[in-house]
Amino acid sequence: MSGRVLVGVKRVIDYAVKIRVKPDNSGVVTDGVKHSMNPFCEIAVEEAVKLKEKKLVKEVVAVSCGPQQVQETIRTALAMGADRGIHVEVSGKDYESLGPLQVSKIMAALAKKEEAQLLILGKQAIDDDCNQTGQMTAALLDWPQGTFASEVTVEGEKLKVVREIDGGLETIKINLPAVLTADLRLNTPRYATLPNIMKAKKKKITQVKPSDLGVDLTSRLQVLRVDEPPQRQAGVKVETVDDLVSKLRECGRI
Amino acid sequence: MFLLFVFNIKYELRLVPEGSTETQTGSSCAAAHAQSRSRQLPVEFEVVVAEMTVKLGVTMKRLLYRNCFKLTHCRYSTSVHQDSVLSAFRTICGEDGVSLGQAVREQHGKDESVHRCRPPDVVVFPRSVEEVSALAKLCHSHHLPIIPFGTGTGLEGGVSAVKGGVCFSLRNMEQVVDLHQEDFDVTVEPGVTRKGLNSYLRDTGLWFPVDPGADASLCGMAATSASGTNAVRYGTMRENVLNLEVVLADGSILHTAGRGRRPRKTAAGYNLTNLFVGSEGTLGVITKTTLRLYGLPEAVVSAVCSFSSVQDAVDSTVQILQAGVPIARIEFLDDVMMEACNRFSGLSYPVSPTLFLEFHGSQQGLEEQVHTAEEITQSNRGSDFQWAQDTQSRERLWKARHDAWYAAQALRPGCKAYSTDVCVPVSRLPQIIVETKEDLIENRLTGPIAGHVGDGNFHCLLVVDPNDTEELQRLHLFTDRLARRALALDGTCTGEHGVGLGKRALLCEEVGPVAMRLMQGLKKTLDPGNLMNPGKVLQLETE
Repeated sequence: MSGRVLVGVKRVIDYAVKIRVKPDNSGVVTDGVKHSMNPFCEIAVEEAVKLKEKKLVKEVVAVSCGPQQVQETIRTALAMGADRGIHVEVSGKDYESLGPLQVSKIMAALAKKEEAQLLILGKQAIDDDCNQTGQMTAALLDWPQGTFASEVTVEGEKLKVVREIDGGLETIKINLPAVLTADLRLNTPRYATLPNIMKAKKKKITQVKPSDLGVDLTSRLQVLRVDEPPQRQAGVKVETVDDLVSKLRECGRI
Repeated sequence: MFLLFVFNIKYELRLVPEGSTETQTGSSCAAAHAQSRSRQLPVEFEVVVAEMTVKLGVTMKRLLYRNCFKLTHCRYSTSVHQDSVLSAFRTICGEDGVSLGQAVREQHGKDESVHRCRPPDVVVFPRSVEEVSALAKLCHSHHLPIIPFGTGTGLEGGVSAVKGGVCFSLRNMEQVVDLHQEDFDVTVEPGVTRKGLNSYLRDTGLWFPVDPGADASLCGMAATSASGTNAVRYGTMRENVLNLEVVLADGSILHTAGRGRRPRKTAAGYNLTNLFVGSEGTLGVITKTTLRLYGLPEAVVSAVCSFSSVQDAVDSTVQILQAGVPIARIEFLDDVMMEACNRFSGLSYPVSPTLFLEFHGSQQGLEEQVHTAEEITQSNRGSDFQWAQDTQSRERLWKARHDAWYAAQALRPGCKAYSTDVCVPVSRLPQIIVETKEDLIENRLTGPIAGHVGDGNFHCLLVVDPNDTEELQRLHLFTDRLARRALALDGTCTGEHGVGLGKRALLCEEVGPVAMRLMQGLKKTLDPGNLMNPGKVLQLETE
């Protein structure tokens, strides 16, 4: 295998930030909040760069969908070792309602256009936890998929993928071209170093519009309301076992 | 004249309901107190806050100290007084920002040292420097001790509330305030830990290299002048703090290098920044620290090498430094430690003094560094020089060093580990290590050695049975001898951990009477009421 790898990277609120719901319950506060690359996307980029370092792929292309700011995320991927970037411009209302279905249509179109051999995504984004984009893209392309990958080995024109599943690990062999989604234990992503960040500034990011790819961004979903999880109530301490039993009776537990 | 402190009672602090207090005079206080001890009941009484009564209170306190084995607890305050202070705290920090709960207080009265828990009377959780200042003003006017608390990961009992008082838990102030990538500096609040900062910086190519064992608060690290395994290349907190925002005992807010200033160097006035670095909370509460950042190394190579003697290992270290190799980490583990690590992690290192090295640099630079270091170790009869560049192999090579603390403890399950911390000029290291090992054997103490040999700093990880008073006594005498040995070799009794509770006497020996007088004078100037973390670094005048 010596082709091109496409890696999808998503710009999300940084994992260390305390999320706050907007007062009108329409969403979470994103203004002035630190954003960074989705951690599973970092793992995906790392895997792609590792494949390139092993000379198993020729080129790593980082893709992100969103407004101008996602270029920062693409630059991070470039600093980690991706060769070039593609910024799919989506902004305003379209961006607010952008979800896995539209992104997978975009990724599928790009995979065809760029003649990619492999598409690696994070298994899910930490803001929506959808875990759908990789699977939908594979379906649209009619490509095999290796999801929740914790180990990937190239064997000729096939991939051996060890998947994390309930109850253990599953090993599958899939043909290329294929879609992979990265799970936590696939690798430990490298930090971008200053010289690499400098080099990344010179790498190319092309801008593309979804309409150029023939993708319709209409969402089939409408967010009605966003709420914080209910506050945990304080417990009550009791002095004796009798107290405990009577309290349990009081609230109808026994 | 010292004023009253708020003590906490053995049981929970209880607010006496209005109208149910009894007025007692000073002398009958002692009687009531004695009664209370025998009945095991808390006694609260009103004291008219006037000069005379206060003086009486101080005499009372001294009597109590002399006549009691344990620090007895007796509350000298009016219920209204207590109420008003607590409600003032709540007004400043919010209802959730003040805790009297026993578990919370105990959590804030201990750190990771062997010193026992000394809980404060109340814990407050300010959210901004303005709140810290208001709280400090309040404590100042009521003469309540102030104990700053970061992550509670200190090793010298620095957060023990020996005089009770108010613990300022700063964990809610957790913003990375100001990052300047091109200038390589960042300002952080006390709730930001070193790993948290490095995670925040991960997209920038920058990092903050000082890495003590724990994931400590950066402001706490500034307060204790912390250091880590790569001090040999990147320095300790002393070299890497550019500016501090400090709330003083009277509530004033100080910027040690001027507000918002962050030049890489300065010749302006007295070095107030480094006065507060290492002051361990005794001169003020650090609420912001401006740190010097470094670029992440392009590439890292780790290496391991065994030696037949401590002398050979240290000679190699000195020569590597003299050769101009900008080595990032150079760690020493003695034979006892290597044996412990082999057992703990199932490894098969040779059981002899071993050096663990780490090199940072560009690809080409690294080859040269490693080559030079290898040659030097070989000329000192080093054997089994192994090195690796990829992350997995590096981790495998350094596993022994990473697990050292746990491996030491595993030598004697159920025992507690205590780490010594002396630091001497590098050339004196072989002598002190050899003498220390002899001392350990002679006194039947288990003490594997791990050290930052590039700085001349080493730790004896002593594993002792906390219930064996005889062994604890031997431990205590050993650590005193070790500290004095280090002082005799032009060194210091504490390279990284600080003075805290346990090394106050040694500090006097180390710096001498003139320096001690100066330190006492500075303390008196900045904190005349001795409210800032009393009992740490400097001995109390009543002792």
